[in-house]
Amino acid sequence: MNTNYDHQLEEKHNICLVEAVNLALRRAMLDDESVVLLGEDIGVNGGVFRATDGLQEQFGISRVMDTPLAETTIAGTAVGMAVAGLKPIAEIQFMGFIYATLEHLFCHAARMRNRTRGRLTCPLVLRAPFGGGIHAPEHHSESTEALFAHIPGLRVVIPSSPARAYGLLLAAINNPDPVIFLEPKRLYRAEKHEVVDDGKALPLDTCFTLREGTDLTLISWGACIKECLSVVDGFNSIADSGLSIELIDLATVNPIDFATIEASIKKTGRCVIVHEAAKTCGIGAEIAAHIAEHLMSYCKAPVKRITGFDTVMPYFRNEQHYMITELDIEAGIKTVMASSF
Amino acid sequence: MLHNLSPHLLTNVSTPLQYLSANGDVVIEGNSVKELPEFARDKELMVQAYRWMSLTRAFDQKAVALQRTGIIGTYPSSLGQEAISVACGMALERDDVFVPYYRDHGGYLVRGHSMEHLFLYWGGDERGSAYKPNEGSGFDMPICVPIATQASHAVGIASALKIQQKKQAVLCTLGDGASSKGDFLEALNLAGSWQLPVVFVINNNQWAISVPRHIQSGAPTLAQKGSAAGIPSIQVDGNDFIAMYEVLNEALERARKRKGPMLVEAISYRLSDHTTADDASRYRPQEEVDEAWSKEPSKRFQHYIHQQGFWDEKAEVCWQDDCQTQLVKAVAAYQSFEAEQPEAMFDHLYENWPTCMDDQVIACGEKYLRNHSG
Repeated sequence: MNTNYDHQLEEKHNICLVEAVNLALRRAMLDDESVVLLGEDIGVNGGVFRATDGLQEQFGISRVMDTPLAETTIAGTAVGMAVAGLKPIAEIQFMGFIYATLEHLFCHAARMRNRTRGRLTCPLVLRAPFGGGIHAPEHHSESTEALFAHIPGLRVVIPSSPARAYGLLLAAINNPDPVIFLEPKRLYRAEKHEVVDDGKALPLDTCFTLREGTDLTLISWGACIKECLSVVDGFNSIADSGLSIELIDLATVNPIDFATIEASIKKTGRCVIVHEAAKTCGIGAEIAAHIAEHLMSYCKAPVKRITGFDTVMPYFRNEQHYMITELDIEAGIKTVMASSF
Repeated sequence: MLHNLSPHLLTNVSTPLQYLSANGDVVIEGNSVKELPEFARDKELMVQAYRWMSLTRAFDQKAVALQRTGIIGTYPSSLGQEAISVACGMALERDDVFVPYYRDHGGYLVRGHSMEHLFLYWGGDERGSAYKPNEGSGFDMPICVPIATQASHAVGIASALKIQQKKQAVLCTLGDGASSKGDFLEALNLAGSWQLPVVFVINNNQWAISVPRHIQSGAPTLAQKGSAAGIPSIQVDGNDFIAMYEVLNEALERARKRKGPMLVEAISYRLSDHTTADDASRYRPQEEVDEAWSKEPSKRFQHYIHQQGFWDEKAEVCWQDDCQTQLVKAVAAYQSFEAEQPEAMFDHLYENWPTCMDDQVIACGEKYLRNHSG
């Protein structure tokens, strides 16, 4: 453990989400020399989104490794490194290329602890940018977090602001089990926020209540939080809107912090879930099912899901017809407020 | 000592390295008997190797019998491939890392993993991979069922050892079928590119369940797949312990000295069915199996140590008795393990327990009571 912080780094930074990722990686590498990075183009190039910018220069090629162009290699190698005592943080360049890693995640990373009854563990982090809205080529815009959330033994974490990117990534790195860390690339450079480089992790398995309200619980995660915040602030700030909305950022999409959700719905009695991923078997379905199983007597209206369609993500000329807008969220909220059992 | 390491030799079918002919006589080269490696004159080492090989075979027979009587589940026999696995186990040093596939019972036994734990694993109990090996690095990898995925882990471990500046080597085994998979080819690629301290051993037993070697690949040898990755590669008679042990020792020593990876294609034959759930008579002729029996490794090696005066009938009888005694004890130890509690399925999923799963643990207990009351 190297605790000789570069004190300059402890200053407050006004940075965007991808810079917060970079800051967290740098902090983790300073604090723990077992942390290593591997992936495609992450070295001299600093990653295609610059998430690892400057890290190879600072920490050398034995800790920031450009791999051959082979995602199975990246995942399988990370499994081996983690078992052998390193803390590998692997980058998959886009979520569209992540599927070659699934066998290693499902068959090995997620169950190494279980299949050896704790003899071996697999504390790796697999990072990937995900989601649409940046006019990217085919295979560069999908949101398939639910695939990973369905794998017992994995944690799936999605930040929605620079500060949460910093704190949750540190938490993922500190976690003794594998974490899939999905970065909403539409937010990578959307806004700058203040981030304090204090090395403090945020809690995993915990929702973040971004706005408190009493009439409706709005649940989302990742890039959609941007539109949700705008809509909620709109409703909550207008005195005659007559609406007070609670906004919950799910953050860890598996395992889900149902305690926070339950407390909120017991208070509001209404729930809207927003996600960019396809509707069927999305995380929203799991939340809605949980509400149906446990909270029906508190509900004043049916749950509504505002999600992507069960289609292939349209290429970018028609991507706008798939993406969730503020108007979609507003309309959904109004529908639920107007309905009752 | 190894003369066949030059990769270009493998662009054509080479002759696998061999010291002992099928009947156990030392092979003749030209007009004279081939010079054996020095260790082949070491009585203690040779007897030890033979004991491991015959214990592995006895274990195998017992495991098949236990499956037939419902005491363990489906089991993949290693019949006829004992020399490869035992040579792997013996060539590894204590702190090296063994990354085997699922047919390496011999290697596991040599590494100090107990027979009762192997029975536990094949008996459907996760604790089979929870042993603390008596010897070994402590992180020998568990039995790997998804084909060739262990090759990716092996390069990851080798990379970690290199980064940590440790002087150990990694040994990864796989079957001929696994040599067709992307994981293996990607692992070779990374091992060659990063010059990792890893040795790959293909147990080419000619059959991947029902698919014969010639359908797996159009390459004349499987060893030459290493050449494409810039890795010195060699074919060895996998039924010849002396050849296997020599090559693995040198390959591992090379890896420990940070001279890069190696690939060994060990030519053998799967004398058994693929597993106890398979019936190989559906797809391969008995004549082929009969022919392969004439080249099997155990009899061959037994002949050699008899000829050298290291072993005799009396020693054989004593040792076989000893094997049976060990097996009876191991089976009793295995059967003394009560099944884990139902809720144990939750015990090792996460170090940090997600409380949202509390109700599932309770439901599991209730389910047990409901289905087992009275």
